Order: sequence, then C-alpha cells, then structure tokens
Amino acid sequence: MRVVLAEDSVLLREGLAGLLERFGHTVDAAVADAPALVAAVEEHAPDVVVTDVRMPPGFTDEGLRAALTLRRARPELPVLILSQYVQQAYVEEIMGPGVGYLLKDRIGHVTEFVDALERVAAGGTVVDPEVVRQLLAKRRDPLRRLTPREREVLALVAEGRSNAAIARALVVTDAAVAKHIAGILAKLDLPPAEDDHRRVLAVLAFLRG
Amino acid sequence: MTGARTPGPGTSASGLTEAASGFVGAGAGSEGVVPGAGGTARGSGRVAGGARTALEAITGRPLSFLRSSWPWRSLAYLLSGALFGLFALVLIDVMVIFSVPAAVALGVLIVMCGGLVIGRFERWRLRLVDAAPVPDPHGRPREPGARAWFLARFAEQTTWREFGYALAALLALWWIDLGVLALSCWLPLTLISGPFQPSLSLPLGLLATVAGFVILPVTAYPITAWAGARAAVARAILSPRDAELIEVVRSRARLVDAFELERRRIERDLHDGAQQRLVALTLTLGMARLDLEPGSPAAGRVAEAHEQALLALAELRELIRGVHPKVLTDRGLPDAAVDVAGRSPVPVEVDIELSGRLPAPVEAAAYFVISEALANVARHSRAGHCRIRGRLVGERFLMEIRDDGRGGADPAGGTGLAGLADRVAVVDGRMTLSSPEGGPTVVRVEIPCG
Repeated sequence: MRVVLAEDSVLLREGLAGLLERFGHTVDAAVADAPALVAAVEEHAPDVVVTDVRMPPGFTDEGLRAALTLRRARPELPVLILSQYVQQAYVEEIMGPGVGYLLKDRIGHVTEFVDALERVAAGGTVVDPEVVRQLLAKRRDPLRRLTPREREVLALVAEGRSNAAIARALVVTDAAVAKHIAGILAKLDLPPAEDDHRRVLAVLAFLRG
Repeated sequence: MTGARTPGPGTSASGLTEAASGFVGAGAGSEGVVPGAGGTARGSGRVAGGARTALEAITGRPLSFLRSSWPWRSLAYLLSGALFGLFALVLIDVMVIFSVPAAVALGVLIVMCGGLVIGRFERWRLRLVDAAPVPDPHGRPREPGARAWFLARFAEQTTWREFGYALAALLALWWIDLGVLALSCWLPLTLISGPFQPSLSLPLGLLATVAGFVILPVTAYPITAWAGARAAVARAILSPRDAELIEVVRSRARLVDAFELERRRIERDLHDGAQQRLVALTLTLGMARLDLEPGSPAAGRVAEAHEQALLALAELRELIRGVHPKVLTDRGLPDAAVDVAGRSPVPVEVDIELSGRLPAPVEAAAYFVISEALANVARHSRAGHCRIRGRLVGERFLMEIRDDGRGGADPAGGTGLAGLADRVAVVDGRMTLSSPEGGPTVVRVEIPCG
C-alpha cells in the first residue's frame, strides 16, 4: 500500500513513516503542509492519504480542506484524517466511504491505527471512538433502549469494524455479535445492511440525527 | 468616650440591633480600633444609632438622635460653610468699594486657585458629618517640581470638579447654609428672647422663652438634613467612590486578560510541544512492543511503559482542556460548547447561534460557565436533560443553561458557582441562578461585547 503523509511535526511525521514501513507499506512522500500534500498526491497517486487537520501556515484546518479538495478531484481517494480534538462539524463535512477520522492520540495504539488505515484504504469508514461517544451522549430516547452491551457493539460498528473484528474485540462469538447488531438496527429502526461501511454510514446518520 | 460607648442595659439592645442592621463592620469600628482624634469623633458619632453619616442619623430614634453629636456636628458644618462664605463675600464687597474689576478678579482668583484649597478644606470639613474616610482623589505628580505638579493637577478631572464645586459653593451653597441656619433658628431664638422683647409682658415673655426651648430641638432636623444632603453632594463631587471602583474593576479585567493570554500560551506550548512528543513516544513504544518477543521480561516492561505513556497522553489532553481548550481557540464558542456537551453524561442540547466570533475574554468566560455548569448538572442535579441556549442580542451575549434536575443548587455550597460569577463579573457580565427545590435549575449569563 502506497501512502502520502502530511504532518507538520517532524517527530510525528518520521514516527508515522517508520510505523507504516514497519507494517510493510510504502511512504511515497511525507510532507509538512497542505500545498505540498496536494502536489505530492498529484505526483504519486497514492492508495491512501494520511493528513493532520492543523498545519501551517494558518494552523487551523488546512489539512482538512486539502483533503476535501483532493476528494473533489478524486472522490474514491481514501483519506485518513488525524485531529487534535473531536470536531463534530468536520465529521459532518467529510464522512463517507474511504474516509477515516481519528484523534491523534490513537496513533499510539499502533496495531489498531494501522488496522484502521487499512480499512480506510479498502474503502471503509472509520470514526474515532470519541466521536461515537459524543454522538451517543447527545442522542436520547431510542439509544436509551439499547443495552450496555449493544451500546458497546454500536460504538465498534461506527468505528467501521466488521462483525468478526467486533467479536474479537469483545471476546464473543460472531453469532452473538450478529444478534446484537440485528437488535440494535431493529431498535433504531435502521434497515439491515450486510456491507460494513454502509452499516457505519447508516449508524452515523442516525447518531447525527 | 468609653463611658459613652458603654450604654446601660436598657439601651444596649437597641444599640446592638441598630448596629447589626446598620452596616457591616460597625462592630469593629465601635470597638475603638480607630486610632486618634478622628477615631474618637467617629466613635462617639456611631453610638447614636450606629449611623455613619448625618443623613443616616436623622432617620434614627428622635431621642438618641437628639442626644447624639450629629445635630451639633451638622450645626458646626453649616456654620463653618456660612462663615467661609460670609468671609469671601465681605472680602469681595470691600474690593467692590475700591474697584469693581479688582473684585471680579478676586472672585475669579478665589474660585480658580482656591478650587484646590477649597476642595481640600471641604473634604476636611466633611468628616464632621460623614464618618466614612474621605480619600483625596488627587494623584501624585510623576516628577518633583512645581511645573510637574501644575501639569498633573491641570490634567486631572478632580481639579475641575473642585473648581466647579468652589464656584457652586461661592455662588450658592454657602448662602444656602446661612439661609438654612437663619430660618431654622429664627423662630426658637425669637421666642427665647421673649423677656427682652419690648412688645411682650414679662410673664408672656417667660412663656415664650419656655416655648422656644421646647421647640429648639426641632431645629436639629432641618439643620442636620441640609448638612447631610450637602455632605452627600460634596462627597460625590470631591471624593467620588465610583472612580476608585471603576479603576479596581478595570485592573481586575486587565489581570484576567493577562491570565487568558497566559493560558493560551501554555495551551499552545503543551499542544505543540509536550503533546506531540508524547504521541511520538507512544508510537515508538508501541512499535518497540511489536519488535520484542512476546512474554519476555523486556516486552512486559515496554508494554507497561507504553500503557503509562498512553495514560499520560490522556491526562495531558484533559489538562489542556482545563487550561484553555484548543477547540475554543480554533473554532469559537458554539463548537467548544458542543465539545463539552459531548463529554457530559447527561444529554445536552446545544443551541448557540452567533454570526461571528465573540471577543476572546467573553468566549473564555462563557466557555468556563458552560463547562462548570455541566459538571454541576452531572454531579448534583440528577437531570435527564440539559439545554444550552446562547444568542447575541444587540451588543450583549445572553446565555441560558437549563436542566430538568432536582434543583436546590446553592452558590454558597461550594459548587463553583460563586467562582463562575466572579469570572463573569470581571468581563462586566452578570450571572443569575434560579434553582428552587425540585428544579428546574436555570443559570443565566449576560455579558456585554461592546
């Protein structure tokens, strides 16, 4: 998998590049600002882009806007966005197939991070657990009907995990997970969906209200 | 003084209640901690109904008022004013006899140059009828020398207030002093002088004298009333309390601004420095874990270090949030409010609509109100729902945080509400709380943004 990386902190940029190479991916370019990111993507046509939201020169949301620009030109380009803090507005603007949105802190959980990146590259959707938690906190009535276990499963679904991955994470059988998901979808009046990322989007759409 | 201050058992009760209902600090003042002659005067004045000014004293019980020194002090106050006026007038009159321009010049001179002197004299005199200290509002010139002094005085608002006061005193106030004295004393004094009146027989004259002495105490009222009113005017013009307060509030606001800047700087430093490093550290440790043979002692240690680093990162994130949240700096209040709301265990509906960014201190104050209020909702209210509403109305930011909990929030209960009110107050805002037993609790905040 070929990756273009944009992150203004040298320490993190090098660390991320090292991590991705450690997992057998190629880092085509590691850049420090948004214009360089756009140029590098045009030059290398990577499989996936990893970008920080806040980058020079303005240190606001240059990385995010660059990602939006890139996806307008190539809607299928997978992008993983790293943010310092959860920004609901961003989630609304960008979420879709092949988009991931993670807090920077998740980089430290290296295997989960690389796993998430691979899912995004494969066209999946990944949302940071913190986003899910906040959305869960905001919504009221139907979510109250969920059992604590179902809430856990829902959070993992929103993160874009497959049934098998959820089963592994919660140490239960695939069948149990399928049952929980069916229960959740029924309680939230969502149509059953086999496809993982469609399911994520349905759940996200529901959580956003 | 000590004798006067130790009233008999009969009067002590009323004295105590009056002191208690009067003003805070009366107890300490009347215990005689105020040193010097001024202290004595103030102390004995306070014994009469615990009043602080002549105007307060006049509303007390007639007997204790009449027995107090206030009527005499008021009389002295008016007499000194009237005499001063008389003296100035005679001086000017004498001058007029010799030369009109010289008289006008003298009048102007008294008012102009005398402003400062008269101001000082009037402030000094004020202690007769006003026990509160009368600070001199003049500033100290920055440099020594007559020129610096003159420039400093010329630039001061106080100087011009004194000038205006001197003009008013010369043209009216001193005459009114004289008039009030004359009118108040005319009837009783006339009656008292009955035996010496040729139109009255001796018994009638003696009767008039008795009647005069009977109504004499009544004159204490108009004299004290005018002295008190005049003193209030003099205090307002010559030693305004507001000036001091405004300056204090301003300097507090400056301090808060400085704190706010400092918090932002700390937040930025933590973000760009420590946090990035910690993320890189967790990344390195995470990779080291992968490279080590599972089950080896080194793997255990590194795993532990990795977990610790992840925890430190989480703690740092919380810390930064408390110092000055990034989302507030970057995106403003509505987004920051959504961020706090998202972390609340009680569902929170955020409805803040603003056309642009609020001034930074307002944003920060409002943010910390939301943050603390939601923490209280989570901790104490047992609410099932909370709603934050914020709007800019004209040049004021209005915000309301309402929950459907059990109410009974008490600002004195150490819930941080008083601290919040302070925070709002330094940006000139107001915070009100309504939290009846049984709920709902409503916190309202109003902050000017002009």
